[in-house]
Amino acid sequence: MEFEAVIGLEVHAQLSTESKIFCACSAKFGAAPNENSCPVCTGMPGVLPVLNRKAVEYAVRTALATSCRVQRRSVFARKNYFYPDLPKAYQISQYEAPLALAGHVDIETDGGTKRIGITRIHMEEDAGKLVHEGEFAGAQASLADLNRCSVPLMEIVSEPDMRTPEEAGAYLRRLRDILVYLEVCDGNMEEGSFRCDANVSVRPKGQKEFGTKAELKNMNSFRNVEKAVEYEIRRQIETIEDGGRVVQETRLWDANAGVTASMRRKEEAHDYRYFPDPDLLPLVVEDAWVEELRGTIPELPADKIARLSRDYGIPRYDAGILSSSRALADFFERCVALYGGAAKTTANECVHWKDAILAGRLTPETIAHAVEDRESGTVSATASKKLVEAVLETGKAFRALRDEKGLTQLSDASALDAVVDKVLAASPKEVESYRGGKTGLLSFFVGQVMKESRGKANPKIVQEVLKKKLG
Amino acid sequence: MPNPPFHEWTLIEAARKIRDGEISSRELTAALLERIAALEPKINAYITVLPEAAMARAAACDEERARGKASGALHGVPVGLKDIFCTRGVQTTCGSRILAGFDPPYDAGVASKVLASGAVLLGKHNMDEFAMGSSTETSHFGPTRNPWDPSRIPGGSSGGTAASVAAGTCFAGVGTDTGGSIRQPAALCGVVGLKPTYGRVSRYGMIAFASSLDQAGPLTRSVADAAAMLGIIAGHDRRDSTSVDVPVPDYLPAVSRPVRGMRIGLPREYFEGAGLDPEVKAAVERALKILTDQGAVAVEVSLPHTEYALSTYYLIAPAEASSNLARYDGVRYGHRAEGASGLIEMMSKTRAEGFGAEVKRRIMIGTYALSAGYYEAFYGKAQKVRTLIRRDFAAAFEKADALLTPTTPTPAFRIGEKTGDPLTMYLSDIYTIPCNLAGIPGISVPCGLSKSGLPIGAQLLAKHFDEETLFAVAGAVERALPAPGAAPVASAPVHK
Repeated sequence: MEFEAVIGLEVHAQLSTESKIFCACSAKFGAAPNENSCPVCTGMPGVLPVLNRKAVEYAVRTALATSCRVQRRSVFARKNYFYPDLPKAYQISQYEAPLALAGHVDIETDGGTKRIGITRIHMEEDAGKLVHEGEFAGAQASLADLNRCSVPLMEIVSEPDMRTPEEAGAYLRRLRDILVYLEVCDGNMEEGSFRCDANVSVRPKGQKEFGTKAELKNMNSFRNVEKAVEYEIRRQIETIEDGGRVVQETRLWDANAGVTASMRRKEEAHDYRYFPDPDLLPLVVEDAWVEELRGTIPELPADKIARLSRDYGIPRYDAGILSSSRALADFFERCVALYGGAAKTTANECVHWKDAILAGRLTPETIAHAVEDRESGTVSATASKKLVEAVLETGKAFRALRDEKGLTQLSDASALDAVVDKVLAASPKEVESYRGGKTGLLSFFVGQVMKESRGKANPKIVQEVLKKKLG
Repeated sequence: MPNPPFHEWTLIEAARKIRDGEISSRELTAALLERIAALEPKINAYITVLPEAAMARAAACDEERARGKASGALHGVPVGLKDIFCTRGVQTTCGSRILAGFDPPYDAGVASKVLASGAVLLGKHNMDEFAMGSSTETSHFGPTRNPWDPSRIPGGSSGGTAASVAAGTCFAGVGTDTGGSIRQPAALCGVVGLKPTYGRVSRYGMIAFASSLDQAGPLTRSVADAAAMLGIIAGHDRRDSTSVDVPVPDYLPAVSRPVRGMRIGLPREYFEGAGLDPEVKAAVERALKILTDQGAVAVEVSLPHTEYALSTYYLIAPAEASSNLARYDGVRYGHRAEGASGLIEMMSKTRAEGFGAEVKRRIMIGTYALSAGYYEAFYGKAQKVRTLIRRDFAAAFEKADALLTPTTPTPAFRIGEKTGDPLTMYLSDIYTIPCNLAGIPGISVPCGLSKSGLPIGAQLLAKHFDEETLFAVAGAVERALPAPGAAPVASAPVHK
């Protein structure tokens, strides 16, 4: 029997606000334990949450960028459960009435563009973190670090529209690119500011009903998400083929072992006793504000890819790499604006020097000059690469280095005449053989000329001059 | 000692005498501390008394006054706060063992405002544990006794505050009212108790019982004192999202506003129940006569969903409480059980030891009411009924400017009389609860004594943010009725 997987993703993205969602504490990563905590985020008796307007703004912008319908009125609820890193014993999260509904994100697949539905986007606060004995220098017991308490999160829940691990990976990357473009989330999976849980089930191909799903947690890279989903699909298919039954449960991905393992069954699931948080009024997002925020949405990855490939005539693949970062795409466009030659060469250069460009170590002028000098034959490909490396090392300008190092190519035929004459004069035998029909000797002469010119001659021009003189 | 006895002064009188230099804050504070020392063994109105801090503050006030720097309406006047308001560095227990020894690192919004008015904090008043109760018998720190008859309860949960004001061991206090916890003890102790409009006073730093119902308000010896106190504690606080940003009027002029032409609504349902004591009914009718004699017009109104108010309240309040009280787990502050092995056992043992029976009962009810499968039937349904109750009031206020009702069905009952029967106990809040469900303001004003010499209160209710009407009507009642005078325990000569 042929099986088909059904995959839905729940993404938790940390909003890049300065302060937490319900208090004024810093939301920055990496502070000393409990440094960023106050009576409000640690739920001391009597204190109350106050919603961070910036966090709402970021979530609304995300909703608009993913074509969601922003709900005019949404409600924060309490999700009640006991845990030592949850000081109020409830998490404030939107539940029945989330901020936004019914959007989508388009991804590129082998079969073309595919639309992945977004069920909802809601806002919530993060919980703290436990550091267990031995994990931390001097830890004699489990310690609670409440810095993350009330850090603003947005949960983006997809429809179960993905069918392969690759589609899941593509959706996740596209979603992260969008958030980073919007500058609402830094997209850092290692630091946990972009986290993902996957709901995976399998069903016989053609069947309409979904199979029993497992929820996968603990995946901290795009690659791990793909691998975990892939493993889980195989596990579920094998379970069914072996006559077994998939049970609804939460499973943890073990990256070292490359397997998922059961964490808790459905029967052990909590009763969270959700109810609207009486400390927070319903969140009302005025239409005028939504429209104002709509005006702040930049060109998003999908549009940018389409536009770059259309306007500059570069392949979609290249446009995709350039568009993986707003800064890189902007850099590329500035290079082309500075030198309007072959955009494809410029794209290649931008992709090649991507890391240095994103680190802010190269200017658009450098790449524009490199491309222009190559196309005009002023420098060779090898020399161009060396020169960019020298720019990175010295911080000097490309053309200053070119002239300083004398790496300009000799492309002027008349200037090459003398060198060619000298080489031909020095090798009378080879000249005779060539003229006798051994045309393969041309490369020998080219080599000699290059040597004589200390690599500065333009090999293409050298060939032309040689052919004329030998012919 | 000043004559007449200082403990019979109103808050406003005390503030004026200090301002005019008739008495120093130190003299007055010392006299009150002495009175507290003498009366506390009989009434137990305080959980924490702050003799040193109060004297130091009084001295600082006197010094400020000497330098001409005195500021604030209550400069140098000794007051108390219910132990539900967090006070920086001062133990705040909410009447519970689980918070014994908890010194908050912050002041509640109400505490900051009272202190900013220049008042001297004498201490923290006793209360039912987590404000759950109608008699101040559920306090971990022992019951408070009614100054009118120490064998009786003072009402609750702000029973400590009401008893202290009645006994003259503070000039005024701030309590909280979730289902009647200011008005009911005010009625039973013969003082004025105001529950302002929900959102009128900040809930920041006020330990939550049922967040959508809790409201802080003053307990005082006169209506004018209540108006003065409200002026001090009211106002927007950006740390509380449910506090409302509307200007705070000067409430004092409202107290003497004439009631001529005002329509006083009598909700039929509040006078029909079998539980209403005839003496209480007669006292409220006397209050009505006082008002109509002054030109007010009586109109009958109906609040048809009143019969569901109690059950609605006892679903919503425990549901919110079960969530609000879940944070007391022994992990970060307060009481922690000894000898537990492992986290879950530590948390359960801490909660088993730290909470009293009434709190546990309500946590259980609330947890059940919110649980999957029951939410819609209980909590969801209660919220719908709450909307109907709110509409009842809106309709009644089309016909009437204020509603007049009994505050409690009976005068103060005896200590221990109802502790074995929680449902009977819950009925003592039957007339006060609907007001909290609707979020409107309510006041209880003394309207006489029973034959056995126990105070009776009349309750007045008004539209959202219309506290001024309450002050006008309550002021009219107060002026016409002979003041109930000092409570017997209070008139005992305790100072030399």
